Amino acid sequence: MLSELKPAILITMFFTLLTGIFYPLAITGAAQPLFHRQANGSLILVNGEPAGSELIGQNFAKPEYFHPRPSAAGMNGYDPTASGGSNLGPTNPALSDRLTKDAAQFRKDNPDFDGPIPADAVTTSASGLDPEISPANALAQAARVAKARNASRAEVESLVAANTASRDFGVLGEPRVNVLKLNLALDRSLPVKR
Amino acid sequence: MTANGWLQIALFFALILACTKPLGVFIASVMEGKRTFLSPLLGPLERLTYRVCGVRLDAEGQPEEQTWTRYSAALLAFSGFSAVLLYAMQRMQAWLPFNPQAFSQNNVSPDLAFNTSVSFTTNTNWQSYVPEQTLSYFVQMAGLTVHNFLSAAAGLGIAVALVRGFARQSVKTIGNFWADLTRATLYVLLPASVIAALVLCSQGVIQNLSAYTTVTTLEGVKQVIAQGPVASQEAIKMLGTNGGGFFNANSAHPFENPTPFSNLIEMFLIFLIPAALTYTFGKMVRDTRQGWALFAAMTVLWLGGVVTAYYFEQKGTPMLAKAGIAMQADAAQSGGNMEGKETRFGIANSALFATATTDASCGAVNAMHDSFTPLGGLVPLFNIQLGEVVFGGVGAGLYGMLMFAILAVFISGLMVGRTPEYLGKKIEQKEVKMAMIAMLVLAASVLLFAGASSVAPFVKGGYWNAPGPAAANTNNPGAHGLSEILYAYTSATGNNGSALAGLNANTPWYNVTLGLAMLIGRFLMLLPLLAVAGSLAAKRQVPVSAGTFPTHGPLFVGLLIGVVIIVGALTYFPALSLGPIVEHLML
Repeated sequence: MLSELKPAILITMFFTLLTGIFYPLAITGAAQPLFHRQANGSLILVNGEPAGSELIGQNFAKPEYFHPRPSAAGMNGYDPTASGGSNLGPTNPALSDRLTKDAAQFRKDNPDFDGPIPADAVTTSASGLDPEISPANALAQAARVAKARNASRAEVESLVAANTASRDFGVLGEPRVNVLKLNLALDRSLPVKR
Repeated sequence: MTANGWLQIALFFALILACTKPLGVFIASVMEGKRTFLSPLLGPLERLTYRVCGVRLDAEGQPEEQTWTRYSAALLAFSGFSAVLLYAMQRMQAWLPFNPQAFSQNNVSPDLAFNTSVSFTTNTNWQSYVPEQTLSYFVQMAGLTVHNFLSAAAGLGIAVALVRGFARQSVKTIGNFWADLTRATLYVLLPASVIAALVLCSQGVIQNLSAYTTVTTLEGVKQVIAQGPVASQEAIKMLGTNGGGFFNANSAHPFENPTPFSNLIEMFLIFLIPAALTYTFGKMVRDTRQGWALFAAMTVLWLGGVVTAYYFEQKGTPMLAKAGIAMQADAAQSGGNMEGKETRFGIANSALFATATTDASCGAVNAMHDSFTPLGGLVPLFNIQLGEVVFGGVGAGLYGMLMFAILAVFISGLMVGRTPEYLGKKIEQKEVKMAMIAMLVLAASVLLFAGASSVAPFVKGGYWNAPGPAAANTNNPGAHGLSEILYAYTSATGNNGSALAGLNANTPWYNVTLGLAMLIGRFLMLLPLLAVAGSLAAKRQVPVSAGTFPTHGPLFVGLLIGVVIIVGALTYFPALSLGPIVEHLML
């Protein structure tokens, strides 16, 4: 084994330089000009200041905004330095309590909605940073948002439709609505009158 | 379950099937040292590697052939040194560059650094820590990314060495470890990673060395957004079936896996090389039907897992239904058990990813397995316990499946009272003994460690764990808590790295015992297999006769599937019945 120690040390060093320094720096060097926006976090600027990332969910609690899914990331949710899910198991009473509480809150927030609660609306995501909700979840909240903005439900629903992404290539994934982009569109088209 | 869900699953499989032969041929050429279309570009780099690193060459300038003992010594020397280096990097990260968040070594306790170092060296990529709060970009790049490449390259090399044992006759040598490591890295992993990293980046995976960005949300709250060189690591994390996330949420994190398209690419990368290796195997033993037979057995086992996981996750649980949540999918929402799943992936892609990542020894997750339904979550757990031979890890899947093939021909030989043969090699006492050692050691590691952690008590003020039972580190009560512990040691021993992440494993007790399980799972499986390779290479090829049991037909495929499932079920059924199965009955 000792005679193999020399190549072991040298080859580890060699590949550390090649795959650990050169490779990531080369990718960074290529990605920064080619995909500048994506490589730096798909940030969204409002009045020149970053207001969030298109890909990272943020908390919305006010009635005039669409609300994201509940989040288990960090103490108050949507903490991108502490990504993760609730990790509550399917028979855990703590999960049952939380679901019941959040379902009641969802109904209270959206009194005009009376269908079954969309599956994403009261469940926490895997990352705790899910930037999106299902179209069903968005439509369930449309009446509340319209009321809070003194707008018609149809106006809000058409913004939801405009901000609904269909499946990638018509096949992949699920249809979804980006909450931050939708709320920004609301602030632009149907601003809250103060 | 929707037609669209099935379509996505079919599309994924079609992509894998289409790439199996071309990539399999390419890998065979590379590992046999033949010229390929990349040789003009990478040949000089390969020769430079040998020269700089002091790899001994023979008279023709090719790396010198090694016996199985020498090959093993090289593997152990390499793994040992690179593990020590990774440990040192973590413990010195404050003094190293690329650390804009100024993470100190205090974030990485000695037991955690040991665990992480072993974890990445053994291609496990179990993570007891929250990466975005713990490790500098330097450690992620020069430490973890490097091991993502090299542990996969080593696995690929070992698989090919075992295949050489079947393909050669009457020789003592099985290849050169340094050449296998170098060729797999330079010709296969690195070029594919460059392409995959840039494609992922186009989808929104970040790639920068900046400090974390502070933004002010629309509701006026400060939000700190983590950054980093993610795409470069993400590509090899999937391609090398490593699975260690740049972020805690792994491939569920929108910066690691932002779109359904990036998700398809990541799943594709998991199975790409393992599937191709079945063809490489067939080509090297000069009978590609043998490779397709393994591919067929793997496909059946994969499909069984996907269907089960998809069915139970879509069905949801009575608890969800009681809260008034929609369980049926429709055009505007996915329905089912969405706790711990991302909107963009829904049920079908979460179930497919969970199955693929544990069929292989990848362990990346795009949904939290801890929140799966009991039987939906049984699929990933049982997949790992089967030995991750369903396509499996890079290299690891093939050598694991070949071990089962040895057992399958042994069992069929017992049935007809004839010395079993596989690929023209007599399977005798030594081969079967070694295959059994590998199998028993894995089972013992999983069950004994999980058993110990379920009952071990700790005293107040002790070093190893918080006072009380180690089982108190689980965050779910009852049967699910046992599942968390069982999953942890299964994942560690199987070198998978996924977790039922509610378990707090960042204590010296869990870090050290899980680290030991990873070492056992990697090396006490590899060494017997390399011994088999050496023993097979020395044997003569027996000509095919009327009494030869053909190992390329449906009969053998069925037998192989049977052996895999029966061995797994007999070993783990008692433990599983106390965890996920009893939990299902409690729903």
